[in-house]
Amino acid sequence: MGSYILRRATLAIPTLIFLTLAAFILTSASRGDPAEAALRAGGSEPTPEAIAAYREKLGLNDPLVIRYGRWVINLTQGDLGTSFLSGRPVSEIIGERLGPTLRLGIVAFVVSTIVGVGLGILFGLFPNSPLDVGGRVVSLFLAAIPSFWLALILIIVISEKLKWLPVAGYGGAKYLILPTIALACGPAASLMRFTRSSVIDVWRQDFVRTARAKGLPEWRLVFRHALPNALLPILTLLGLRFGQILAGAIVIESIFSWPGLGSTLLSSISGRDLPVIGAYVLITGISFIVVNLLTDVSYAVLDPRIKLGKGVSR
Amino acid sequence: MSSTTTTPTALSQAGSVTGSVGRTLERAERKRPSLLRTYRKTFVPGGILLVFALTAIFAPWIAPYDPNALDMLNMLGDASWAHPFGTDQLGRDQLSRILYGGRVTLALSVVATIGTVVIGLLVGILAGYFGGRVDATISTILTVLLSLPSLLLTLAILGILGPSTSTLLVALIGAGWVGQARIFRAAILSLREQLYIDAAVSLGASSRRIVLRHLIPNLLTTVVVIATLDLGANILTVTSLSFLGLGVQPPTADWGTMLNDARQYFGQYPLLVIVPGACITLVALASNLLGDAIRDLVDVGHRG
Repeated sequence: MGSYILRRATLAIPTLIFLTLAAFILTSASRGDPAEAALRAGGSEPTPEAIAAYREKLGLNDPLVIRYGRWVINLTQGDLGTSFLSGRPVSEIIGERLGPTLRLGIVAFVVSTIVGVGLGILFGLFPNSPLDVGGRVVSLFLAAIPSFWLALILIIVISEKLKWLPVAGYGGAKYLILPTIALACGPAASLMRFTRSSVIDVWRQDFVRTARAKGLPEWRLVFRHALPNALLPILTLLGLRFGQILAGAIVIESIFSWPGLGSTLLSSISGRDLPVIGAYVLITGISFIVVNLLTDVSYAVLDPRIKLGKGVSR
Repeated sequence: MSSTTTTPTALSQAGSVTGSVGRTLERAERKRPSLLRTYRKTFVPGGILLVFALTAIFAPWIAPYDPNALDMLNMLGDASWAHPFGTDQLGRDQLSRILYGGRVTLALSVVATIGTVVIGLLVGILAGYFGGRVDATISTILTVLLSLPSLLLTLAILGILGPSTSTLLVALIGAGWVGQARIFRAAILSLREQLYIDAAVSLGASSRRIVLRHLIPNLLTTVVVIATLDLGANILTVTSLSFLGLGVQPPTADWGTMLNDARQYFGQYPLLVIVPGACITLVALASNLLGDAIRDLVDVGHRG
């Protein structure tokens, strides 16, 4: 078991290196000479000698490898550089924006998981019933509807016409409802499809028929035999859903004026604020890697076949 | 009602006249469903895509107005005979903008799809066919890139290059080929095990001939399925990035930028939001359905 976790964790190392390299390139690529820009910000026109001296002081003349090493060391100390636009430390900006994004993201993740898996089980146990057919049509549409359009329609109907909920903004639970629905629909629809087909597959297996032949009651077949086997593969999908929610959050935050990482990223891309973009890529990338590592490890803990060390190579 | 009563007698008469030949024909008929039945699931989504493609191609001839012509006397007009979808905040005709916007949205999505498929196919063939160290290197790169959400790559590329229509294409293709390459690599690995490839190799066929004459033709169905499903996904990405201002730039009409323009007014003028969004949904839905239908057809073919 320990060796499996270790092997799985080493797989993440090349990705981590690539991620930090990409973020390093993003943050250190800049419009013009950063030394010149910094001196110009002081007011007067800098002399070439002053610029050269400042470059030396900033370490811009060092080879790229050394600059990358220094950047990584700064990173471990929480230094993500300085924003071009606001001149504030990037870590400070990210710190402010992380909370709202986590709040929206976690709520949407939990809601989409409960709704998607719950409906998937229900439809999978009664395949081709009117309920299942209806659910499939709805999920087909939800997979095709752009989340930002769904958000706009929700605002038109629920906020503008019915006036039940606020249009946009950040605050208590009532501000959270519409963004959560808009963000959770897509992931819930795809989770529902996977769960449904997984339940149908397991329900057809011989061991379910054997258990039924033993005379077990139907509820015991469902909860004791079918579901644990059907839900195991869904676990690995949850990590991917997390990525889908991270991506969706960018659009949804911007529509609902939610002060999270996504809306910060948008203004940074249009303002070419590369250090902030780099930090965003780094932080969401690392969290994505960690979530997937955790789901894979919990999968191994729950599935005895992986503990034996067989069939782990993917 | 009358037909059900006459059919058995007509059949038995035909049977007595033509004998076993008639029966064999009848059986053959039942075994192989008509083309219409086999392909029926592709008709509706294929038809929807065809209509959108035609309106996009012939937009300059169909569109009643110039999509960028301002009409200050007719701002935010409701649906009327002159403007079936109303006018936007600058008095531009929404129908014409939908037609011209479809041109931009669909062209971007199609080009992005072709680009990702071509690059994915090339990389997949390189890794899957030549194997060895080439495959090991490519597979490592693929694993690294696939363990990050593809949107992160898209955004990183957009961040470096800055938002515009051409960088949107670069970003979409630059992030999209990875998933395709993995699928095509796996498909080629299984194709390589086929006997006819062994036969071609032992006949002394060159690598180029094997790839061009044996591998690619056999991959075509996979390519079509992947490309169709990918088109649906690309439409959603293109329009959402344009909606965010990271893709097509105003005043060029695109279904995403049209929704972005409508953001300030949509409370009072829902038509501005409903029409472009419905177009996006319809095209994405049709591509998904068509891809699924083709995949089902191909699977049935393999089984039979």
